[in-house]
Amino acid sequence: MFGKLSIEAVPYHEPIVMVVLAVAAVMGLAVVAAITYFKKWGYLWKEWITSVDHKRLGVMYIIVAIIMLIRGFSDAIMMRSQQAIASGGAQGYLPPEHYDQIFTAHGVIMIFFMAMPFMVGLMNIAVPLQIGARDVAFPFLNSLSFWLTVAGVILVNVSLGVGEFAATGWLAYPPLSDIQYSPGVGVDYWIWSLQISGIGTLLTGVNFFVTILKMRAPGMTLMKMPMFTWTALCTNVLIITAFPILTVTIALLTLDRYIGTHFFTNDMGGNQMMYVNLIWAWGHPEVYILVLPAFGIFAEVVATYCKKRLFGYTSMVYATVAITVLSFIVWLHHFFTMGAGANVNSFFGIATMIIAIPTGVKIFNWLFTMYEGRVQFTVPMAWTLGFLITFTIGGMTGVLLAVPGADYVLHNSLFLIAHFHNVIIGGVVFGYLAGFTYWFPKVFGFKLDEKLGKASAWCWIVGFFTAFMPLYALGFMGMTRRLNSYDNPDWHFPLIVAAIGAAIIACGIACQLLQLFVSIKNRHQNIDETGDPWGGRTLEWSIPSPAPFYNFAHTPVVEERDAFWDMKEKGISEQKPAEYQDIHMPKNTSAGFFIGIIASVFGFALIWHIWWLAIVSAIGIFVTMVLRTFNDDIDYYVPAAEVERIESQRYQKLSNQA
Amino acid sequence: MRKWNYPDILKRMSLLATVAFVLSGCTGSSLLDPKGPIGAEQKYLIMTSFFLMLIVVIPVIIMTLLFAWRYNYIKNAKYSPNWSHSNKIEVVVWAIPLAIVLILGILTWRSTHALDPHRVPESDREPIVVQVMAMDWKWLFIYPEQGIASVNELAFPVDTPIEFRVTSNSVMNSFFIPQLGSQIYAMAGMENTVHLLASEEGTYHGMSANYSGHGFSGMHFQALATSDEGFQQWVDSVRQSSETLQQDSFNELAEPSRNNPVEYFSSVTPGLYTDIVNSYITSGDSSHHGAEE
Repeated sequence: MFGKLSIEAVPYHEPIVMVVLAVAAVMGLAVVAAITYFKKWGYLWKEWITSVDHKRLGVMYIIVAIIMLIRGFSDAIMMRSQQAIASGGAQGYLPPEHYDQIFTAHGVIMIFFMAMPFMVGLMNIAVPLQIGARDVAFPFLNSLSFWLTVAGVILVNVSLGVGEFAATGWLAYPPLSDIQYSPGVGVDYWIWSLQISGIGTLLTGVNFFVTILKMRAPGMTLMKMPMFTWTALCTNVLIITAFPILTVTIALLTLDRYIGTHFFTNDMGGNQMMYVNLIWAWGHPEVYILVLPAFGIFAEVVATYCKKRLFGYTSMVYATVAITVLSFIVWLHHFFTMGAGANVNSFFGIATMIIAIPTGVKIFNWLFTMYEGRVQFTVPMAWTLGFLITFTIGGMTGVLLAVPGADYVLHNSLFLIAHFHNVIIGGVVFGYLAGFTYWFPKVFGFKLDEKLGKASAWCWIVGFFTAFMPLYALGFMGMTRRLNSYDNPDWHFPLIVAAIGAAIIACGIACQLLQLFVSIKNRHQNIDETGDPWGGRTLEWSIPSPAPFYNFAHTPVVEERDAFWDMKEKGISEQKPAEYQDIHMPKNTSAGFFIGIIASVFGFALIWHIWWLAIVSAIGIFVTMVLRTFNDDIDYYVPAAEVERIESQRYQKLSNQA
Repeated sequence: MRKWNYPDILKRMSLLATVAFVLSGCTGSSLLDPKGPIGAEQKYLIMTSFFLMLIVVIPVIIMTLLFAWRYNYIKNAKYSPNWSHSNKIEVVVWAIPLAIVLILGILTWRSTHALDPHRVPESDREPIVVQVMAMDWKWLFIYPEQGIASVNELAFPVDTPIEFRVTSNSVMNSFFIPQLGSQIYAMAGMENTVHLLASEEGTYHGMSANYSGHGFSGMHFQALATSDEGFQQWVDSVRQSSETLQQDSFNELAEPSRNNPVEYFSSVTPGLYTDIVNSYITSGDSSHHGAEE
């Protein structure tokens, strides 16, 4: 009846897990109680859960990302404190069975359920607004993508309280992840959470690819697109090309585990090296899927806060496209030590270094955008300056690891860990947090608190260096990754410093949350009346804040690269249109929500081998799809009079300001 | 074995870095304190690449700080809001990274061939073969020429190339002695090779560098680089052991264990290692694989 599931699956003998679960339960209940008390269930359902508005979906993606950032960071704190204690014979407080799940969960959560939703969320918020569109190409698909991501998030979090998570490392290399060596449900949780959310990501890729290519405002040729939209386009091309590889690779591993095939097993002709190749053929482009949009954000931020056109736009576009293409021919640098010949290793090493050229060009272009500009030290600019310094160091250690002869001794060491955190924190996280602060007023209509934002940036930057510079040194001292305990006394001190660094980053996250709280509390002092709080250059700043649900009352006509800046220069940015027209909009739908929730039940059933439930939920997904497909009542028109009423409020505000 | 020369200044700077590390109390497994020609080569390679890249990295960091300070909004410095293109700057920003990558590329090609793990280090002595097997969670070392085996302890004479033939009887691991140089993956059904050479006597820390399950942290060993006599003594002491390694004692050893103590086997069934490697290729019999706990 319940497959492998029994009451034994609940880890009630693990005090740490039970405390976490209790806290989560109390917080969950508090949220439910608050929503009930304020009678917000209807609002939540109508305005958010069933919404197909790209801005709302963007906000929900980012909420998921922030929640998962806290979860993933808790894992980080546990790892750092374990390693700071477990020296010279001491075992620390986390036994390997628990610790191994923690570092696996940390990697999986941070990449798939923090960085990815954050990136997709920012893309959702900014891309349609930057290209002058009213929504994405397929609004329902967008909602479905989000709820499939949530399904993955639910499964990862359920694994905490029911059963276990994978203890294999975040990429679950076989044969360790095969049923023979990992007989528990941990790897199955890994499989189904990635598989379901991965399909959501693939749909997002298709959706935004079509949106950017087909829905740009008249006059916006490819070479007039804002830089963030360019990087988003390249990222979506990478998603479309790379994620199917992940889907197939995980599917083959699933067959090995569920029906006893031998794609990646030790024996019967299985080939573990094939898995490692395939997973990195997805995994390396994935790195660029995450970092390219961050590059785009920095380009927007630097140009805006330096009050200057982006230096070398054309160079920047070609550099981005070059990185997109090159990212597919470097995957082998993740396993130079597998034993390939010198020619093969040299090829992939040199290909990897070549990526440093367009990346270096980008860095110089940002620098020369600052040159002879008017640098305003706002919060996004603080993140950008932190990024420029941090990322350059991370890039350098990356090129070092790309030299196979050096990688033979640095591979799998803490040097490697320091390197990828250096580029992911310094590049991806700093970029997303800059974008978060930058676009926040566009979505909510008020600015975030500057002081706490800067405090957060300082804590993150200082914390990053304190936490990861010792890890570089530890790499040189011969310490490998994923150690639960160690007996080399020389490693102890740097690990204590690293733990202090993690604590400083924790302060940064606390400042971030406090900033959100304080900004909401004092929102009336930071209202963005004009819709253009930063003196922006691109179309999203041409509309009111918060952006109306239909985005643009009139589709803008683009003539120049920085379209809105150009309109302001020509003095036509505040021109009131002669008349308004009816606006065609998609209707909300609950189909995406239901498919997502049923998909998480489907995944849960497969994880625990509850076959009847898997069949029932598969049918449920199919029926919901069919019902949605045959529903013709999916759109409506906003009458011109209603548009005029909303728009005139804004012009009223603008004239009050003047 | 080095095929090109490093400028003196690099040697001095890397020496400085080494001194800094040694002073900070770092001993035992440091990459910056190599004990053989391969590790030494890799240290120089790391230092050279590092200093080469500083040519870009340092100016970028200085420019970031300088531009941010110089063009601060409140300073009213020169302001060119529409200046966004300069052929001169574009040429320079493409050319400098290109030049450095070109040099690094040549360095990479040469060093990757020179440091190829399959390559036998230059020496006037015959290489010694050691068969290495990663198991759950310990290392088995078989000396086919001496007919002995040991667990979690490895010995070899200095100045002699050692040919490690590396495989796994379980999941993927990586065989690594940091102070001697290159690591190599250990995978079941496959024989990987890495050649190492110690030029100084001493005890070096060895480990698995690739996570392999719950017992991974305890999967380390001592590598004893000795004199010829010392090596002979070690071989003799292993031969004193009452334990021998055949198929059934191997199966017993293959059971998962954590923090396995050092073990010696005075004799080994000839061909045992090859049989284990081949067993994964020829049959689906999984009776001897490390079972799950």
